[in-house]
Amino acid sequence: MATYGSNDLRVGVKIILNGDPYTVVDSDFVKPGKGQAFTRARVRNLKTGRTIEQTFKSTETHEGADVEDRDMEYLYTDGENWTFMDSSSFEQLEAGATAMADAVKWLKGNEKCVVTLWNGVPLQVTTPNFAELKITQTDPGVRGDTATGGTKPATLETGAVVKVPLYMEEGEILKIDTRTGEYVSRVKA
Amino acid sequence: MNLAALHERASLNQQVRVFFAERKVLEVETPALSQAGNTDPFIDSFSVNTPQGLRYLHTSPEYPMKRLLVEGAGDIYQLCKVWRRDESGKRHNPEFTMLEWYRLGFTWQQLMHEVADLLHILIPHLQKPPRFCSYREAFLETVQLDPHLATEAELSACAQAHGIGFSGDMPVQAWRDLLLTHCVEPHFPTDQLTFLYHYPATQSALATVQQVDGQAVAERFEVYLGAVELGNGYQEQTDSAQNRLILVQDANTRGHDIPVDERFLAALEDGLPECAGVALGIDRILMCRMQLDDLKQVIAFSWEVA
Repeated sequence: MATYGSNDLRVGVKIILNGDPYTVVDSDFVKPGKGQAFTRARVRNLKTGRTIEQTFKSTETHEGADVEDRDMEYLYTDGENWTFMDSSSFEQLEAGATAMADAVKWLKGNEKCVVTLWNGVPLQVTTPNFAELKITQTDPGVRGDTATGGTKPATLETGAVVKVPLYMEEGEILKIDTRTGEYVSRVKA
Repeated sequence: MNLAALHERASLNQQVRVFFAERKVLEVETPALSQAGNTDPFIDSFSVNTPQGLRYLHTSPEYPMKRLLVEGAGDIYQLCKVWRRDESGKRHNPEFTMLEWYRLGFTWQQLMHEVADLLHILIPHLQKPPRFCSYREAFLETVQLDPHLATEAELSACAQAHGIGFSGDMPVQAWRDLLLTHCVEPHFPTDQLTFLYHYPATQSALATVQQVDGQAVAERFEVYLGAVELGNGYQEQTDSAQNRLILVQDANTRGHDIPVDERFLAALEDGLPECAGVALGIDRILMCRMQLDDLKQVIAFSWEVA
């Protein structure tokens, strides 16, 4: 695996820090007139998503993290693991609940996801930015009430609950922005 | 490329030359490629293969300018490109422009005032008079410890208490550097110059060292605008034996990868006149003049695209 000097810690470089994989979000070189040079970086933990600031001596070297993003298709879940397939090699692998996190709320099958692998093990699953899902349960709405802007909760076919306008009914299909979990529009069946 | 910066740079250079012409300081040029390089442990030179052997791009024109002082050149200045390996960031470009000058018979205090006079011309929005602050005072004010007395454990605990993410061991001076860059410098006011002086003697380079309040301190200053360091000035060490000692020690620390500049040391034996000298980073000054925050905005073609 690659090693990086502190001067090579540019945005997007992935390194191992205290045993965890991190990606560099921002970095700068600092040096007092006659003294020790440092690289001051903001790094994001790829397992927890937490961003921290870390300073390195300019002479240090860092072990690169073997992190790879792969386009994979979501197939099915047994409730504990979620199975994805590489559409070109047909290789399959399973992601656990931690790697799935919020992604489970938007998947029903056959979506093209980005699976981030660390040493070949799924670290994180990123769903497409938009999902189209059917409402399976919502309280009856007020017909014609499109002006007040009120919302109500609706349960979707994947189990996700989102806020929808009052006039939406069971059986309708919605477009959801998976990054924010917000309703975008109604999709004509 | 920022066209406005090209115009600002040209007018800044002109102001520099007018400033020194009025004060009868002579503009000089010295070689950019030398047979000996800078042995400073924290500054790395680029080397160039030539038919006559390895030569080094200068990291500052200090040594040949001091040779000119020994030859009797009098007050001199130089505006030139210098090179430092592996220094790249928002405020660093491996190739940059330096303004360096030497004043015979000046004390470092007089030189600080001359630096302030020039910087107030080059950065016209500076209104407030400069602030003068010792290294010790600056640390006491911002991190509540005495940098000269604090132990390695105290300095590292202080860094941790201030939320600096750093792991590993370092010598005392490196911990001071860490606190200086992360905690002290960010407190410097952005609307006036700060002159920081009386650095620990370990940071003296070729400046004279004095005992002040029981501590050996370097008669050296750095000038800042906000947290941006603009320059570095010295009461120049004229004792040739002392100069040799420092260069040889530095070369030992480095593992002799850079030859000691024997021509410089030989010249000093003929007697360097009492003087104070300073080097300013022109690109950073231009950045402050234009109120920008990234050096790339004032360099025609930065390192990445040069």
